[in-house]
Amino acid sequence: MELRVEKLCKAYHGEAVLSDVSFTAGVGVTCIMAPSGTGKTTLLRLLLGLERADSGTISGVEGCRWAAVFQEDRLLEHLDAMGNLRFALGSALDEAAARGLLAELGLADAEGKPVREYSGGMKRRLALARALLAPADALLLDEPFTGLDEENRTCAMACIRRASAEKCVLLVTHEETDAAALGAEILRL
Amino acid sequence: MTKAHPKNRIRLWAVLVWLAVWQGAGMAFARIWPHGHLLLATPMDALVRLTELAATAAFWRTLATSAARIFGGFLLACALASLLAALSAASRFLRELLYPIVAVVKAVPVVSFIILALVWLKAAQLSLFISALMVFPPVYLNVLEGIGAADGKLLEMARVFRVPLRRRLRGIYLPAVLPYFRSAVSLALGLCWKSGVAAEVIGLPYGTMGEALYNAKVYYMTPDLFAWTAVIVVVSVVFEKLFLRLVDAVAGREGL
Repeated sequence: MELRVEKLCKAYHGEAVLSDVSFTAGVGVTCIMAPSGTGKTTLLRLLLGLERADSGTISGVEGCRWAAVFQEDRLLEHLDAMGNLRFALGSALDEAAARGLLAELGLADAEGKPVREYSGGMKRRLALARALLAPADALLLDEPFTGLDEENRTCAMACIRRASAEKCVLLVTHEETDAAALGAEILRL
Repeated sequence: MTKAHPKNRIRLWAVLVWLAVWQGAGMAFARIWPHGHLLLATPMDALVRLTELAATAAFWRTLATSAARIFGGFLLACALASLLAALSAASRFLRELLYPIVAVVKAVPVVSFIILALVWLKAAQLSLFISALMVFPPVYLNVLEGIGAADGKLLEMARVFRVPLRRRLRGIYLPAVLPYFRSAVSLALGLCWKSGVAAEVIGLPYGTMGEALYNAKVYYMTPDLFAWTAVIVVVSVVFEKLFLRLVDAVAGREGL
């Protein structure tokens, strides 16, 4: 797949958040970098179809399945890790693969505990696991390393790099080092 | 889930004080007037009468008849109100269409509905209809509010991951609605018993608690009046506790 974004514009209450954004992204990681408040999250919302652009086009993703890590974790707090994965992925969930990934992300011990008892970093890793396990063609990851310590950050990066071998991954980050570690292309808004 | 504030708890000593006051007043009435015991039966008279009544099959038949109709009305209203609240959450037209009806049911005195329903329905159907009518507004409004309180960000997540409606209902809407539903049924169960028995007192369907209360009034059988009143209170509280326990069990099973 090749995602093509052309002259995308979006304004809220007359104030432009995105103006004439154009880029292409294929399989691999593309890091979206820009100062805060310059429309990175808005761009992801437009790509996910959660909002409509004022003008411009998004093409190359017809029929494509997305998965995402949102700016917030957006987990069901009353369910445990597997419960959250089952909720989002349903019959597409491969439980053995899920257990493997949760263990790789350091969440093996948390199994059976409701998410409301997780730390911020654990929630972030579970949100990432949910996106990585989804049967998606493209991943949109909005600051997926927020709240992760160095060790967990490295594990999370390894998982993302592996997924990017066959998927288009758009990742919002403020850190140049993340882009370098992921061998990503950089898109500056 | 909500629990009674410690300051609002009923204390045994306070209940005993008021029972003693009632017992004293009843005994004083009986001593002052020749037929004073007819005006105010003592709690002991009521208790004795209650044990006599409870030993008869007619008592249990009467209780079962009223309970089935009133609780039937409650369940019917809960199902209909929840369904219509779900549809109203999706349709502004339906929400606006139903709002005047809900407002009228809330504002009009229950006796007006009872008398009107007597014109349309058989006396035996009256308590079911009236209790359903009283339960509908709080359950409908609370469930509607609960649906509105569902986390929009979780709903967006579910949309992105293409989560089917059934799973969204269970995972996102049920946790949002359950606390609202619980507080609505807690209020509605008390309402439906009071209004259901009031409907029976006015409609006088045969073999019901309302009829028993009416007969107690007509024949100045105040011990019967207090005994049946106590039964109504106890049955209402038992149904409320059991139903709320069921709601809590569902919440517990869902990890809420």
